Amino acid sequence: MKNYLVDYTLHLADNALILGHRNSEWCGHGPVLEQDMAISNIALDCIGQARNFYQYAAQLSGNGATEDSLAYLRDAVDFKNSLLVELPNGDWGQTVLRQFFFSGYQYFLYGALQKSTDPQLAAIAEKALKEVTYHLRWSSEWVIRLGDGTAESKERMLHALEILWPYTEELFQPAGYELAAFSEGYGVNLAGIRTDWDEKIRSVFHEATLTLPNETGMQFGGKEGKHTEYLDKLLDEMQGLQRMYPGAEW
Amino acid sequence: MTDKQHEWPLWEIFIRSRQGLDHKHVGSLHAVDAAMAIENARDVYTRRMEGVSIWVVESKNIHASNPDDAAELYDPANDKAYRHPTFYNLPDELKHM
Repeated sequence: MKNYLVDYTLHLADNALILGHRNSEWCGHGPVLEQDMAISNIALDCIGQARNFYQYAAQLSGNGATEDSLAYLRDAVDFKNSLLVELPNGDWGQTVLRQFFFSGYQYFLYGALQKSTDPQLAAIAEKALKEVTYHLRWSSEWVIRLGDGTAESKERMLHALEILWPYTEELFQPAGYELAAFSEGYGVNLAGIRTDWDEKIRSVFHEATLTLPNETGMQFGGKEGKHTEYLDKLLDEMQGLQRMYPGAEW
Repeated sequence: MTDKQHEWPLWEIFIRSRQGLDHKHVGSLHAVDAAMAIENARDVYTRRMEGVSIWVVESKNIHASNPDDAAELYDPANDKAYRHPTFYNLPDELKHM
């Protein structure tokens, strides 16, 4: 029998790690020092969450797996993150809009995961939820500022929306291990958090004077290992050191 | 960092620490308004568990004494030792002074 718990935990870990890595690319390049710190803090929060999930997945899978081997020695096809988090950062508007979509998703996901029948997943969710609550607040305010800002900021938000929206549906389209996780009691029912997410997006978009695009041309596959070329490039950079010097430490 | 940073007003940040009773000045930062100043302060000045409360004041609203006036403002207090409440004998019944 397939161990869906390992896959489910890896999926949660991969989402957090890849988004954390994308956000870390802003470090030293933020639009102003204060926001450089903010996005770097969020990156570190995400990577911290990923570590908790990887450590648990390593413990579950045995075979000498460690958090490092899971993060640094798997190939793109083994990664179970949603496509949304692997997309390039784009401009600041695109980065904060992606964060808003994903933090909103994580907010309701972790909220529900706190009631998981698996005590370890529930504990990680509880700890992470406080961080995500802040990420959601921070990104919501940016979406509102830029959406309801200048002509240029609005134009950029509309552009970002056009790029990112097709990747939102995948968050709620359950992969096999997510269906199993829900039916076995330790996973979250994605249909159940969908309505809350929709409502949150709508209320912030209303304040930001943005409207939701029609749901056409949705993109899927990341959660099942079918990724964009962007993930390959990201992994090249992220895993390069460990692959070249296995077990390197400093 | 772009020039846009300099278009944002400067804010003075005050943090109350876990044990502290009062907010202490910790530095300044740029933000477009008070709400953003508080969030920026959270991200810049409370990353290492420094604080439990944040005050922000736009720097232009802080008015300072002129250092050139120090002699007339502060020196006259130097020889007024009688202003310190150290010349009173407290009755034993007073416990909490």
